[in-house]
Amino acid sequence: MHAGIIFLLVIIGSVLFHIFTPWYWTDIASNWKGMDDTITLTFWVGGGVFVAVCLFMIYCVFRYQHKEGRRAEYKPEDKKLEKILTWATTLGVCALLAPGLIIWNQYVNVPKNAIEVDVMAWQWGWQYRLPGADGKLGTTQVRNIADNNPFGINPDDPFGKDDIMVESDVINLENNRPVKILLRSVDVLHNWYVPQFRAKMDAVPGTVTFYWFEPNKVGEYEVLCAEYCGVGHYAMRGGVEVQDKADYEVWLSEQETFEQLSARYEKLNVDGNKLAKK
Amino acid sequence: MSDEYDNNKSYQAQSSEVMDGSVGSVNPDIDYVRPAEVGEQDLYHGHSFIEKWVFCQDAKVIGVQYFLTAVFTGIVGLILSWLMRLQLGFPGLAGFMTAEHYYQFVTMHGMIMVVYFLTALFLGGFGNYLIPLMVGARDMVFPYVNMLSFWMFFVAVAVLMASFFVPGGPTGAGWTLYPPQTILEGTPGSGMGILLMLISLSLFVIGFTMGGLNYMITILQARTRGMTLMRMPLTVWGIFTATVLAMLAFPALLVSAIMMTLDKVLQTSFFMPTILKAGEVLEYGGGSPILFQHLFWFFGHPEVYIVALPAFGIVSDLISVHARKNIFGYRMMVWAIVGIGGLSFFVWAHHMYVSGMNPWFGFFFATTTLIIAVPTAMKVYNWILTLWRGNIRINTVMLWCLGFIVTFVNGGITGIFLGNVSVDVPLSDTYFVIAHFHMVMGIAPLMVIMGAVYHWFPLVAGKMLHEGLGKWHFWITFLGAYSIYFPMHYLGFIGVPRRYFEMYDSPYMTSAVGMNEFISIAAFIVGAAQFILVFNIIKTLKTGKKAEQNPWKANSLEWYTSTVPPEHGNFGERLPVVHRWPYDFSVPGAKDDFIPQTTAPSEVIHTEVEKT
Repeated sequence: MHAGIIFLLVIIGSVLFHIFTPWYWTDIASNWKGMDDTITLTFWVGGGVFVAVCLFMIYCVFRYQHKEGRRAEYKPEDKKLEKILTWATTLGVCALLAPGLIIWNQYVNVPKNAIEVDVMAWQWGWQYRLPGADGKLGTTQVRNIADNNPFGINPDDPFGKDDIMVESDVINLENNRPVKILLRSVDVLHNWYVPQFRAKMDAVPGTVTFYWFEPNKVGEYEVLCAEYCGVGHYAMRGGVEVQDKADYEVWLSEQETFEQLSARYEKLNVDGNKLAKK
Repeated sequence: MSDEYDNNKSYQAQSSEVMDGSVGSVNPDIDYVRPAEVGEQDLYHGHSFIEKWVFCQDAKVIGVQYFLTAVFTGIVGLILSWLMRLQLGFPGLAGFMTAEHYYQFVTMHGMIMVVYFLTALFLGGFGNYLIPLMVGARDMVFPYVNMLSFWMFFVAVAVLMASFFVPGGPTGAGWTLYPPQTILEGTPGSGMGILLMLISLSLFVIGFTMGGLNYMITILQARTRGMTLMRMPLTVWGIFTATVLAMLAFPALLVSAIMMTLDKVLQTSFFMPTILKAGEVLEYGGGSPILFQHLFWFFGHPEVYIVALPAFGIVSDLISVHARKNIFGYRMMVWAIVGIGGLSFFVWAHHMYVSGMNPWFGFFFATTTLIIAVPTAMKVYNWILTLWRGNIRINTVMLWCLGFIVTFVNGGITGIFLGNVSVDVPLSDTYFVIAHFHMVMGIAPLMVIMGAVYHWFPLVAGKMLHEGLGKWHFWITFLGAYSIYFPMHYLGFIGVPRRYFEMYDSPYMTSAVGMNEFISIAAFIVGAAQFILVFNIIKTLKTGKKAEQNPWKANSLEWYTSTVPPEHGNFGERLPVVHRWPYDFSVPGAKDDFIPQTTAPSEVIHTEVEKT
């Protein structure tokens, strides 16, 4: 008897916790509201099933508690009932799967007007590269990485010359413009994750991965690494600043291109050589 | 040796006498059971202490050895989890706790609990003890190999534990051991620690293969007369299917362990691309980190079911016995176990939705993953329909079963979140995942293990565990574990990533400090509560009530041995002959509310029993 009551309280407690929880998701700041909606839908359907199954179990505990001399029902199978339950479950599962797949389809198809951002990860930090006036990022190679070429851009690639280097762990994005995040890593797995944007993907050394989102709320956000990458994992933070178009353009114009950076280093070299000759 | 052989001869003579059938029965036809096709197995009985208790060939002793070794590793895993929770709930309180230590504890906790505790306990422990007894065999078919299996496991555990004491300590790569970080500096234990882990895993797989062959072949070939496949207890079905999965899945782990060892020792590049580390390009190139993830999860997902299926089977039997009612929809239950087992090989990449694999895989793996929810849900329905119109004993065993249903359904539902590819995107690598898998493959199987311990202890030790202590043990564990993992899902919603040594300087996460303290305190209490069981066992062995034979009035063969606890050879002079499934409870017209599997139809001629 007590057992049934405690189980009942656990179920009621779970439902109340869900209703009154102060811990819930952060305010969404991207286009992926569909993900939140699918979670909510799954909560209703799944939560409903959880509560129903548990309540039925608790009912049985109360109603069919052991009594000497009473016999349980003897009915090994009930084909009809099993069939109904199978189909009902299948339907429920399809109802949850469908929106999930529809949103995934949007997730893997990047809009044409998305701006590409090269997010380069290393133990333990981030740096970013934007395409220059030509709208294309230059190709890269890990072996090219050096002080005068922090992104490893192939020197022969004409598209790379005007690439914009953001040698900071904070990147600025334009509000309401889709972004295609191109992820790469020079050492181990990482994952560029902003909880408010909902989206994430691993950065894998040796390949380039991607995902996209459209920020829709101006503000500053924290980037967390969401794939374990060694002892510094928990400290591997970065930032995003979502700005209106005007502010963004100002910020963009202040950044250095690959060409400018190379020139700066060349000058340093020349100066250095002169000093050495003296 | 010779006297045993003679003994067996006499067994055979007697059983062939029974083969002629019908001794003392009313109607010979309805009691007919096909004669045995092969003679009985020769058993090697140990003579010395070492042969009886150390290098023993009796599956029951091997089962207990597996059980105790697994429990030892489980306690190590438990202590590691305490240390982790200490850091998460009260950062800085333990002065020695560095990020290195934290990640080492996380890794060892995960690997120990999944492989060395749960897998070894369910298959090595319960499998060895119960399979021969439940199918009516005198022992496993290859007792010597079975013994080797345990000792290989023992060495694997020893190597694993040794890694705590090597320079650099155990590996801190996370239990998934994802390269490249696993074998690179920057991850704790990337020297000796990871090597010992890979060696230990390889030994485990080798040892497990020896045991697994035994479980499979014993179930397929050594069942007693009349024990058709569809009359086997679901426990045996669960363990059997799990073993088949293990035989197919563990090789993937073995090859990935070998390949990673080569990457580490010989600088091959199976999993290693070009890597820039501390300004220098390492001598690797061209390998694929994602290949490892595919291999790992091709093992790793079936592994979830290697743990879950025996739990499904065992809990079905416990519920049926203590609800005094046949398991509802036995055939559906069998096909669900087999179906889940088969499907579990087609869902592995749902662990990799955001791994950077080709995103188009997401459609396929989300679909297969959600399909697996259907047979799983059917099992849940059948458990609660077994309770329905039953005659339910609310004893300790049943409480653990009810606790299993609640936690399993809870964890199963959150699995639908994570399996549904686009819902997984915001939740993956957060505390939601931790809450989900602890609920579904940590707590739920643990509930079954505990129920099984209380259920079968009278058989193993001949004494009844104390009910009152058992109930305290249950309620503290269940309520405590539920209050650890239920709120933890909500940390995941906030977006708190897993595997963070320290996390809460982000503004929206600071609200979670209180919850973390609460979870840690609950974890300390739940862990400590497990020692109630240890105390209960010690007390019972010393002063406990002696168990009568078959105290739960069950039907399956393990309760019908010649002695309690059963001796080597299990069934005395004659092997039992099986006439029915093990679920004939509360049959209308029968004198008692249970009919043992060995009862011939002619003895219960006036009952309305269904043919099985």
